[in-house]
Amino acid sequence: MTGTGTGIAMSLADVAGQLESGMTIGIGGWGSRRKPMALVRAILRSGVGDLTVVSYAGPDVGLLVAEGRVRRVVSGFSSLDSIALEPHFRQARQNGTIEFTELDEGMLHWGLLAAAHRLPFLPIRAGLGSDVMRVNSQLRTVRSPYADGEELAAMPALRLDVALIHLNRADRRGNGQYLGPDPYFDDLFCLAAERAFMSCEEVVPTERLLAAGPPQSLLINRAMVHGVVEAPGGAHFTSCVPDYPRDEEFQAEYAASAATPQAWQDFRARYLSGDEDSYRQAVRQFRGRPAAPARTGPP
Amino acid sequence: MTGPGMTGPTLAEICVVACAEAWRGDGAILAGPMGLIPALGARLAQLTFAPDLLVSDGEAGLLAPLLAPSGSGTVTEGWLPYRSVFTMVAAGRRHVMMGASQLDRFGNQNISCIGDWARPKAQLLGVRGAPGNSINHPVSYWLPRHSRRVLVERVDMACGIGYDRAAALGAPGNRFHEVRVVVTNLAVLDFRTPARTMRLRSVHPGVPVGDVLAATGFPLTVPDEVPVTRRPSAGELALIRDQLDPAARRERELR
Repeated sequence: MTGTGTGIAMSLADVAGQLESGMTIGIGGWGSRRKPMALVRAILRSGVGDLTVVSYAGPDVGLLVAEGRVRRVVSGFSSLDSIALEPHFRQARQNGTIEFTELDEGMLHWGLLAAAHRLPFLPIRAGLGSDVMRVNSQLRTVRSPYADGEELAAMPALRLDVALIHLNRADRRGNGQYLGPDPYFDDLFCLAAERAFMSCEEVVPTERLLAAGPPQSLLINRAMVHGVVEAPGGAHFTSCVPDYPRDEEFQAEYAASAATPQAWQDFRARYLSGDEDSYRQAVRQFRGRPAAPARTGPP
Repeated sequence: MTGPGMTGPTLAEICVVACAEAWRGDGAILAGPMGLIPALGARLAQLTFAPDLLVSDGEAGLLAPLLAPSGSGTVTEGWLPYRSVFTMVAAGRRHVMMGASQLDRFGNQNISCIGDWARPKAQLLGVRGAPGNSINHPVSYWLPRHSRRVLVERVDMACGIGYDRAAALGAPGNRFHEVRVVVTNLAVLDFRTPARTMRLRSVHPGVPVGDVLAATGFPLTVPDEVPVTRRPSAGELALIRDQLDPAARRERELR
């Protein structure tokens, strides 16, 4: 390992310890793709609740909602991709146990961009004429001050207390690299947040970053994040290509856990009652593989 | 392999071609198909009469308008992550074919929830990008189950906006709004009426007009002569069956 100092390496529990009830947290990835699931599981192990969660939502939101940690979801959808509807989110909406700020996907992008740019809002055409304006009574429109005079939706900044993202590689100073096809909006989530924490599949020495991908794969720079956690399998069961695809069998097991309250209790007892190592072990048992020794923390 | 003795087109294959026709004449814009049959339609259009069309691989890749030398693979010609898709949406360089849990006579679409939004009877996908799509560029719809439950008097949550809402919005905000066509398992519909309400454009081969009217939850404008949706050509059938969907997954989308 080269570089100065010890970097900003943290543990999953360290990150969870930075969160407080009532915070607004943003979660990177998209649907059931490259979600910081190990960090989400760390939140579940902490006592944090009453969260507002901003996300292109998938099982990250589903798990937090199922455990009653969420007051409000801010999103345009909630999906497991290969399973169209996120079952726990769906149930929470139908039971009226969460509040929902339902936005067009592009509005969510614009709200993050406004926050990242420290602007109060950004004008956007999306939303006009639709019921997004009806169900979000706080949304306003703004008129162009120029000759066109066009009226547009004024998407307010989505400022975050904390952002959580998961990338393929990072160094211990906070430079992060994605190796899959899409950066999603992870950089914007970080810049929209007071503090951002990045988990990754593997922490590598800085000089090894470019061995894995070109310079433009270095999506996150160290000015964007405040902590790095090495969490192999940290996006499981969402996809983290090219390291691993979505674990469809396990995702189906997760989706089935929304069927009855007992099914959820069984799921959380089996997979969420211990630390990340015991989660991995339980997943290996589910997949019928012999339990291998777990990797330890950052090198 | 298909050949001169190939069997006639299935309903799913007729629907693939009807979806493909939605993009005819669009030029070099991004096709946004939601669902397998629209995806096959977009790719079929790109490989035949609309080679300028941009087609996503379902992740962040763009498929070139050609088949790989192996015959059935694909060639990637570009990169289009979500952030760039949003820019293409706002730039108007896109024509999407979305699904709809509810669609009304003006083309208002709902994919968000059924019942009262505050406490829905059924939470569905959410609005996704439908509001932004419908205000920025042409949208079409694919309905694999044409029924009164889907084609309704009034949608519970307007995600993609229809012609009445676009009219209420007025100019210049509504200038990019267009609902192009609605392809269902029974028929093709459009909005070419004075009030911009839904009109029967063609019925699929063998479907009586009365069946379409009975399965629609509002009055449809019906022309004096209702055309029949065109059948796939032999070349199109061969492409669909041998190259684009050899496992015939398209048939399952209509069950």
